[in-house]
Amino acid sequence: MSEFLRTYLTVGIFGLLGAGFVGALLGVSRILRPSRPTLDKTENYESGVDPVGNMWSQANIRYYVFALLFVLFDVEAVFIFPWAARLETYGLFGLVEMSIFIFILLLGLFYAWRKGMLRWI
Amino acid sequence: MTAVLEIAPFAILADLAYWQVTSIRAIAGLAAVLLVAGTLVYVHLFKLVSFMQSRLGPMEAGPYGSLQLLAETGKFLQKEDIIPRRADRFVFCTAPFVVLVSTFLLVVVLPAGPDAWFISNDLGIYLAMAVSSVSVIGILMAGWGSASKYSLIGGLRATGQLIAYELPLLLAVVGVVIQAETMNLQSIVLTQAEGEIFGWSGIGNPFILTQFLGFAIFMIALQAELTQTPFDMPVAESELVTGYMTEYSGLRFLLFFIGEFATAGVFSAIAAVLFLGGWYIPGLDAGSELFNVIGPLVLVGKVVLLSLLIFWFRFTFPRFREDQLQKLAWKYLIPLSLANIFVTAVLKVLW
Repeated sequence: MSEFLRTYLTVGIFGLLGAGFVGALLGVSRILRPSRPTLDKTENYESGVDPVGNMWSQANIRYYVFALLFVLFDVEAVFIFPWAARLETYGLFGLVEMSIFIFILLLGLFYAWRKGMLRWI
Repeated sequence: MTAVLEIAPFAILADLAYWQVTSIRAIAGLAAVLLVAGTLVYVHLFKLVSFMQSRLGPMEAGPYGSLQLLAETGKFLQKEDIIPRRADRFVFCTAPFVVLVSTFLLVVVLPAGPDAWFISNDLGIYLAMAVSSVSVIGILMAGWGSASKYSLIGGLRATGQLIAYELPLLLAVVGVVIQAETMNLQSIVLTQAEGEIFGWSGIGNPFILTQFLGFAIFMIALQAELTQTPFDMPVAESELVTGYMTEYSGLRFLLFFIGEFATAGVFSAIAAVLFLGGWYIPGLDAGSELFNVIGPLVLVGKVVLLSLLIFWFRFTFPRFREDQLQKLAWKYLIPLSLANIFVTAVLKVLW
């Protein structure tokens, strides 16, 4: 197996053991803890009164806008990291290209800003 | 790796298969994370903060209450595990796994000495950032799966906050990557160790000097990523009763806390590697074998220092409002970190 794949196999083994550790803790706890569920105990918490209506209530659309903006910049990060690691090779050319790229993305941010998308209330 | 295997107590490792060696190292890594996280909780959260707020802190369990953490864990292990009957059971039970595993995976990229590392990947810091953002999914799962209004609002708030502050966190790192010309954390440490400040190589060139803005942005964004106090609206105890953790009880509740403080420790370690020179201390040759022994200790020392900053902020500042929080991320930190990248790149190319 190549060194490259081994690296990711190591990451995988780490993940499996992490999950195994959490599972083992829950297993130990299962032996030690009591389990006496009653109807009142398994009710949802709503400040001590009986819960009202559907629990999966509708949420503000604002979160959706922030998620979209996040995707915009997160994709940028995919491009910007390899560029940053090889900046010396690309020199001035790379610098100008990336400045144009970041400028366009900033335009998007300023557009959302002017439209009032970044205001919470 | 090979150099470590030649040291006598580790020679037995050389005969084992690859997956066996890796499993042993992974267990050691897990133990290291939990020990450091426990130490941080005891030293900072229990004792230091008690002195800051004129409280005694734990005194009864063990000398100076040092066994308090074990007592707490024992208590949480015995607590009944209540799963709300309306909850989405599978999502509810998987959420702590997702949060904790994403934290444990962060450790993989951390170098603790010239030969003491788990993987030496050229994607290094990028891998760490990608893995750390998985915990957002776990938190959203917890908020959604609990089927409680508090949890849903808390989970959405947390997601909005975590993704908003992930961007400055990512972009602050780019400055370091530009300076070091690599994403490999081991190479970043070596670059800092061998660097020089205007021809003077006495202390190397820790990037906190040239990337101070990046460091400040990183620490602020980190505080928000950990949902520590100036940014703790997702878990606001007074209004949302700990937000997405409302319905969790017993050990599952503790798992979220372990995740939070382990992330604090691991991210402090990443910040130490990126900005403070990682396992390197001035005065010794960076290639020295000695660093395989004292490197981890130096790293832990820097972690304690940086997490002291985190907890200091936590108990000094009052909570932001939700709109101020989003404003700080989108209107100040992101443009600032982009400007930081631009200035660093221009200086790198022209100088």
